[in-house]
Amino acid sequence: MAVETKPRWTVKDFRAPYEVDWCPGCGDFGILNAIYQALAQMGVSPHETVVVGGIGCSGKAQYYVNAYGVHTLHGRPLPVATGIKLANPNLKVFVVSGDGDSMAIGAAHFVNGGRRNVDITYIMFNNEVYGLTKGQASPTLPLGLQTKSLPEPNIQGNINALMLAFTTGYTWIGRGYAYNIKQLVRLIREATEHPGLAFLEVLQPCPTYNNLHTKDWYQGRLYDINEEGYDPVLPPDADDATRRDLYARFMEKVFEWGDRIPTGVFLVNRNLPTFEERIAERQPHYRIHPPALTRIRDDEGRSLLDIQPFYEEHRAR
Amino acid sequence: MKTVGELSWRIGGPQGSGVDTAARLFSLAASLGGLNVLGRREYYSNIIGRHSYYDVRLSATRQPRSHRIRVDLLTSFEAETLARHALSVVPGGGIIYNVKDEDTPFLRITFLDERVRQDLARVLTEEGVEHTTSTKGLLELAEKRGVQLYPVPYDELFKTLSERFDVPLGIAQRTRNTLAVALSFALLEFPREFLKEALARVFASKPKVVELNQAAVDVIYDYMASSHSNLAFDFRLEGVTQDGPRMMLNANQAVAIGKLAGGLTFQTYYPISPATDESVYLEAHTTYRTREGDEQGVVVVQTEDEISAIAMASGAALTGARAATATSGPGFSLMVEQLGWTSMTETPLVITLYMRGGPSTGMPTRTDQGDLFFALFAGHGEAPRIVYASGDVEEAFYDAIRTLNYAEMFQMPVIHLVDKALASTTVTLPVPDPTQVPIRRGEIFVPEEDEGQRIVKRFSLDTETGISPRVLLGTPHVHHWMTGGEHTEEGRVTEDPVIRVRMHDKRLAKLEYAAKTIPAEEKFQVFGPEDADFTVISWGSTKGAILEALEILEQKGLRGRFVQVKLLMPFPKEIAPLLERRPLILVELTRTAQLARLLRMELGVEVDHRILKYSGRPFSFEELVDALEAVLERREEEVTVLQLFE
Ligand SMILES: Cc1ncc(C[n+]2csc(CCOP(=O)(O)OP(=O)(O)O)c2C)c(N)n1
Ligand code: SF4
Ligand SMILES: [Mg+2]
Repeated sequence: MAVETKPRWTVKDFRAPYEVDWCPGCGDFGILNAIYQALAQMGVSPHETVVVGGIGCSGKAQYYVNAYGVHTLHGRPLPVATGIKLANPNLKVFVVSGDGDSMAIGAAHFVNGGRRNVDITYIMFNNEVYGLTKGQASPTLPLGLQTKSLPEPNIQGNINALMLAFTTGYTWIGRGYAYNIKQLVRLIREATEHPGLAFLEVLQPCPTYNNLHTKDWYQGRLYDINEEGYDPVLPPDADDATRRDLYARFMEKVFEWGDRIPTGVFLVNRNLPTFEERIAERQPHYRIHPPALTRIRDDEGRSLLDIQPFYEEHRAR
Repeated sequence: MKTVGELSWRIGGPQGSGVDTAARLFSLAASLGGLNVLGRREYYSNIIGRHSYYDVRLSATRQPRSHRIRVDLLTSFEAETLARHALSVVPGGGIIYNVKDEDTPFLRITFLDERVRQDLARVLTEEGVEHTTSTKGLLELAEKRGVQLYPVPYDELFKTLSERFDVPLGIAQRTRNTLAVALSFALLEFPREFLKEALARVFASKPKVVELNQAAVDVIYDYMASSHSNLAFDFRLEGVTQDGPRMMLNANQAVAIGKLAGGLTFQTYYPISPATDESVYLEAHTTYRTREGDEQGVVVVQTEDEISAIAMASGAALTGARAATATSGPGFSLMVEQLGWTSMTETPLVITLYMRGGPSTGMPTRTDQGDLFFALFAGHGEAPRIVYASGDVEEAFYDAIRTLNYAEMFQMPVIHLVDKALASTTVTLPVPDPTQVPIRRGEIFVPEEDEGQRIVKRFSLDTETGISPRVLLGTPHVHHWMTGGEHTEEGRVTEDPVIRVRMHDKRLAKLEYAAKTIPAEEKFQVFGPEDADFTVISWGSTKGAILEALEILEQKGLRGRFVQVKLLMPFPKEIAPLLERRPLILVELTRTAQLARLLRMELGVEVDHRILKYSGRPFSFEELVDALEAVLERREEEVTVLQLFE
């Protein structure tokens, strides 16, 4: 019999009692609100939640959530989050990172994170600019566009973040919009409930520096692919044809941009074990004694290691 | 007179040809026969073909502490080894070589550097031998100097083996390493049983291989009995009885096992010489048995780069896992920004730094101590860290536990300095005792049961020592933030001038606290008499060579004292009075005498002399004896040591 329980923690509980210093009207507020709501709906408690931020306006989001918050270096939230999650798999770990943080200085981590599939929710705030350093082009700004801080049009091309996530092995891929909070809450929940590395790109207007892709510009262009019948799930028993069909549909959607901009869940692949499962497979003690919860000394404070097997391995006499 | 039970043996060959296996067999057999062993490996950053060699020093009476540059017995199966090492063999010593190599022109030896060729030709010309451009001249000169030559028809021996045991010639040739070792032991009249036992152990999983190789041992002993005799050779070995079990370890292994003993549960790495072997060893030992019979272990992650390695280990450390990473200079260079983050966020983390020749790619497989200043000062801002250096393989084991303790006790990164020399030095040592260094975890915040959820002051300023109890991520009832930015007690970013000053003071105060808390015997070690005639100061892997050199000088009436600094940050100011027996002599594997400059900075003390080596090779005690004599008798201010053929 299912019992309906009221979540113990409410949106109010997740709101940190401090001032927020984003520019008025910044899309980041929408994302933050969606995070609060998703956390409250999922019933996780603040002490088992860790929000790991990079450097940028986006990375500050971790300060505004009432939970453990770790503000890392520019580009490094994913490896830090990975260490946290692997050492204590009981924690719910979120990454909040900018497009520069993820796709430029942290690109190597973004790419290699896909190979591991650690159970983390990765939210990338995509405003196409470096907000905190005053509006330079980021790796997601298309070639030839000139946002207002740029002295000349962008001379470098852009990375398609969803496509990059796909080719590097992310097992859940989605896109939301900072001002569609209802959809964003659903996406954050799904991403978090997905066992594995989930990548959620959030299109985020930056009213201060991105005068091209503004709230008005996005208005009327965005649509939800899942509402139009796009099925993102790769079935466990998918044959080659099914697989190829999904990949083709995925490609078509992620490269769609302009008059119509797709959002929603693009890929769900539950068929790859998480990194945690892969470790446990090799070393079954990992499930019982993950690194953070391993007893390493006896009551007298002495090492617990039995040296005998090492002696046998390296016995000289 | 014959020397019995003491020997310096060298074997060389192309990388990938089994020089290491041969050295392992030789060392293990000697050790099983009761001898104490020290092995030292020199090799190129190359997989197959370039020259590598291995020195093994044996002693029946004591544990050798450093390698020797002078070789008693050289064993080679190809011409390059002869070319590079024949001149290092002592009068009365011997050279075992393939008859085929007795007249190989230097120009035909592919990997023999032009510089080596030229110097060989020059030396041979100066010595007035007839052949100056081939191995023939070297053998001629060796003989002239009283070195015994033992040419061996390797091909015939392989044929004999192939016929007698009815195996294809190719299979027989695979016993080449055993052959080289057996030839040496047979010449030394060392009982063959020990080598047979070593073979059984090294190839335990391959009974066929053991059988063939053990048979090869008999073939070689028979051959040597009929062809060469020990008579004219100055050295002999015999089995001796010793008490107590012994292990054989290098520093990569000692640090790895030490880390496990110290409760390491999370290690990250990106492959780099000479650090990789430690992490790969841990990967092969992720599960171990506790004294209480449980199975537990360590998670090891190979990351995409060293930035990720240190960042991931930092993340794990925040949860309370004992975390570490291991790297070498280029990797540590990449880690520097995150190193500062761990100082700022008071995250306990151990970075095992295996020094190699720099700058830049430098010499990946050769040793150096040039990273001392880098370890001390790496990063922007005034970022506290502990820098700790091990002097030998055994220390490396215990120091691995200590450094994990320091990291948690003082909540800062600890850079554990070892080097390539220690990483490729293998010694026999008593079985280390993991319980000898108690595990100390520092102050950890414990929540009260009935607390609701509240924000906790992770970086509480209410502290005398600078230590605020660590709040591990996931601790119930509380939460906080943390950042590489300057921050409040709750861990929230701030630019307030007053809080900035308090926090900066608090973090740096921990260094003073560490200086007060760490016991003197862990900070430095002093060897030799108080009323010595001179004082040697050094740190790291030079220890063994210095101690042996001082013993020899003492026999010559020169009584020296040695101060080995282990804790380099915070610097142990209490060593100042120990440096008063002048002259004060620095020994270091650098060009710029970094410890001398550190002494000036920290203590206002000037060293009188410097003995330096920066060719990428470690000091041998013989070199130090010569150098110390030059300093003490001829008052040379600075001596730099360089061997032509090392
Ligand atoms: C190593 C390093 N280089 C440069 C910077 C300066 N910096 C701070 S934020 C930032 C860009 C942030 O852009 P993005 O990740 O897109 O985040 P946003 O501010 O747009 O949310 C840069 C370059 C830094 N903090 N660290
Ligand atoms: S600069 Fe842009 S992204 Fe940053 S806070 Fe202001 S509006 Fe938001
Ligand atoms: Mg941005």
